[in-house]
Amino acid sequence: MPGKEKWFLLLAIAAAVALSMISGAFNRYYLGIVIDVGINIILAVSLNLINGHTGQFSLGHAGFMAVGGYLAAKVTLVWGASVPPAAQPFLFLAALLIGGLVAAVAGLAVGVPSLRLRGDYLAIVTLGFGEIIRVVFQTSEFFGAATGLTGIAKLTTFGWAWALAAVTVYVVATIVNSTYGRGFIAVHDDEIAASAMGINPVRYKVTAFVIGAFFAGIAGGLYAHHKLVLKPDGFDFVKSIEIVVMVILGGMGRTVGVILAAIILTILPELLRGVAEYRMIIYSLLIILLMLTRPQGLFTFGKKGAA
Amino acid sequence: MSALLECDKVTIKFGGLTAVSEFDLKIGDCELIGLIGPNGAGKTTAFNLITGVYQPTSGCITFRGQPTAGVKPHSLSLCGISRTFQNIRLFASMSVFDNVRTAMQGNRAQRVSEALFRGKAFRESEARIQHEAMELLKIFGLEGFCESNGKSLPYGDQRRLEIVRALATKPKLLLLDEPAAGMNPTEKQDLMKLIRFVKDKFQISVLLVEHDMKVVMGICERINVLDYGKKIAEGTPEEIRANPKVIAAYLGQDFDDA
Amino acid sequence: MDWFLQQLINGLALGAIYALIALGYTMVYGVLRFINFAHSDVLMLGAFAAFYITPKVAPSLGSQSLMTALVVIVFSAVICAIIGMTIEFLAYRPLRKRPRLTVLITAIGVSLFIEFAGQHEKIFGAATKPFPKLLPKTDFNWGELHFSSNDLVVLVLTALLLAAMWFIVQRTKIGMAMRAVSYNEQAAALMGVNVNAVISFTFALGSALAAIAGIFYAMRAPGIEPLMGVQPGLRAFIAAVLGGIGNLPGAALGGIVLGLLETFFGGMPGLSNYRDAIAFAILILILLFRPAGLLGKQQTEKV
Repeated sequence: MPGKEKWFLLLAIAAAVALSMISGAFNRYYLGIVIDVGINIILAVSLNLINGHTGQFSLGHAGFMAVGGYLAAKVTLVWGASVPPAAQPFLFLAALLIGGLVAAVAGLAVGVPSLRLRGDYLAIVTLGFGEIIRVVFQTSEFFGAATGLTGIAKLTTFGWAWALAAVTVYVVATIVNSTYGRGFIAVHDDEIAASAMGINPVRYKVTAFVIGAFFAGIAGGLYAHHKLVLKPDGFDFVKSIEIVVMVILGGMGRTVGVILAAIILTILPELLRGVAEYRMIIYSLLIILLMLTRPQGLFTFGKKGAA
Repeated sequence: MSALLECDKVTIKFGGLTAVSEFDLKIGDCELIGLIGPNGAGKTTAFNLITGVYQPTSGCITFRGQPTAGVKPHSLSLCGISRTFQNIRLFASMSVFDNVRTAMQGNRAQRVSEALFRGKAFRESEARIQHEAMELLKIFGLEGFCESNGKSLPYGDQRRLEIVRALATKPKLLLLDEPAAGMNPTEKQDLMKLIRFVKDKFQISVLLVEHDMKVVMGICERINVLDYGKKIAEGTPEEIRANPKVIAAYLGQDFDDA
Repeated sequence: MDWFLQQLINGLALGAIYALIALGYTMVYGVLRFINFAHSDVLMLGAFAAFYITPKVAPSLGSQSLMTALVVIVFSAVICAIIGMTIEFLAYRPLRKRPRLTVLITAIGVSLFIEFAGQHEKIFGAATKPFPKLLPKTDFNWGELHFSSNDLVVLVLTALLLAAMWFIVQRTKIGMAMRAVSYNEQAAALMGVNVNAVISFTFALGSALAAIAGIFYAMRAPGIEPLMGVQPGLRAFIAAVLGGIGNLPGAALGGIVLGLLETFFGGMPGLSNYRDAIAFAILILILLFRPAGLLGKQQTEKV
């Protein structure tokens, strides 16, 4: 059926909104986790475009999330009171979009200089940028410095999180699965051959960063209005690594795998609550084990790059 | 007739090493030109200069009347220069079909917005690309493999696929870097027929770097010989065969079995 | 002028520590072509090793004596050398043939593991522990200038260690083997070099240096805790890149330069909060404009 992807998207958004309306009946705690899953799907799928599909190793994704989160939170904090309740959803959407767009600009700022670097060096530079962003927020009084922003309105619902997750998946998957989108994978496979076939590697790499950063920013905005408190520590290097592990576990480029990995890696810490003090130790061992035994990820079925 | 490609005293130096020196080359429309020379003579470097991977230290390259100085490889590809590589550089994670389709970027300029909205324009451009890619694969007998991964093909087919991919960019000039490497005599015969066929059917010029003398002498209209980065001879296959400088450069290598 | 000289002295002492750590990063990058993220944690382990050994040694050799200090340093260095070799054997060697990014992630995993395990009460606990005084500390005053004997010891020992490293790498067989492996691993193997042994040795050396640097660092710091390696490790890594990653004199030079830069900028009012960001900014600038570093060679890619 032609154009079926669009129908899937609309269906997913409708389902998310419908479920959201009855979500009041669900257990608060589990609902919170499900919303976390939605946010992490956005983060993982957006990073997958940069790392998995285009092969640009970015270790600073949490920085883009921070930009989106802080900007979105500031917008609702400043204007939340002056907007009538009926218009709140529009304000929220506007806040998220502003967060996403500024994050996209940050993506441009990081992507352009990083272009000529390969492998380890690119990873380190993106790590550096991520940390610089964090330090900027940590020292900025406007954004609350080390104590961060508090009192953010609880605007993120199941509907918002999952509808936007559906949008993210749609955008990334439909772009990559087109002839245009094959260019991303070509850049990943062999930049020189791609160049010789008319593909501008610079343009594709920057595009990947910008789109990836945009959605990370949206995820950040959702995160801010879910946790209600934003601290710069929450967006550090470890957070970036958590998202990277989701992408690697999911198979670097396999959208379905990455989504599954995001779900598993969000739920797992909750299951390990009983051994909370060992949580990060287990997590770091998991990373080592994964790299030693199955670095191509757990979910290596299906066509690479396909939704 | 103005040349399709013209290299005028092109020189490139890497630090202290002069890889190519005062290289002159003229290729017209629909010509099959060979570039030979001992190993390390600078043939692949010449290719890289023509395709924009390297920028000459001095001298000038013009393609279709426009100088190529400072133009990036992908732009040159869109202008009409395409190539294959000495070590096959297929897109390893893509299928055969996708390898070809990816090369069709410039000719229909699909926009991001089209991909997103998946409207009529998108479907039409995808259908057109699909059709063209399949036609191309059919010509070369590779359509049966279109879903398989490019790297899973037998070696000879991988080389053919690389040529198909290069042709998908609708070039005016095709550079082939040692396409006969690793082939047996039968495959080389087929390759020679293939290259002649490509030139005639697609009406393009071909610049061929090859070590196998039978292939080069068999199909090239003119041959240029490089040695230590300098052109030492140019002429028809018969002229080159008899040229003492060329024979000396190859240091007694028998022409009949390169 | 006095302010300048004071910063110079402080900067050199700090730079010496960075140089020692940077050597480890650069040596490992030279032979394995990857950045050992866990190196900064070995530094921490060295300091903690000293913390636990000192009370055992001090009663017999006297607390705050040169003898005690040397024994503690040597033991800690040996322990960390073994730890370093173990990490290489378990976590990096199996990945020798894999893409460099896989090993990078593994190294990050190892680093996080050491840090989080260290923070657990059963291991070290997250709280800061006071570091024992290894040497009698005398403060010298020369006009307005003020420096301590500890700084002097650090500078002298570092200079000796750097000289020893130079000697090992340039004048011994194993050093030659290290250099061979760093140029071309396959060719070195074909020439009869036991690549595994050379790599183990490199890790041992680097880790020992890191341990000693960790002790020096702890001597200047208020105390030790499991995350203490992160900041100096990061600075030392930047120093290694600054000097040219893979280049040993470069690492030493980079360490000194970075120590000086950090001390001078840190001393300026208003900038101290941005210290982290400045360090990263320096890194990014180097990688963008001169990725080969001050002493490294520019590499062109063969098509």
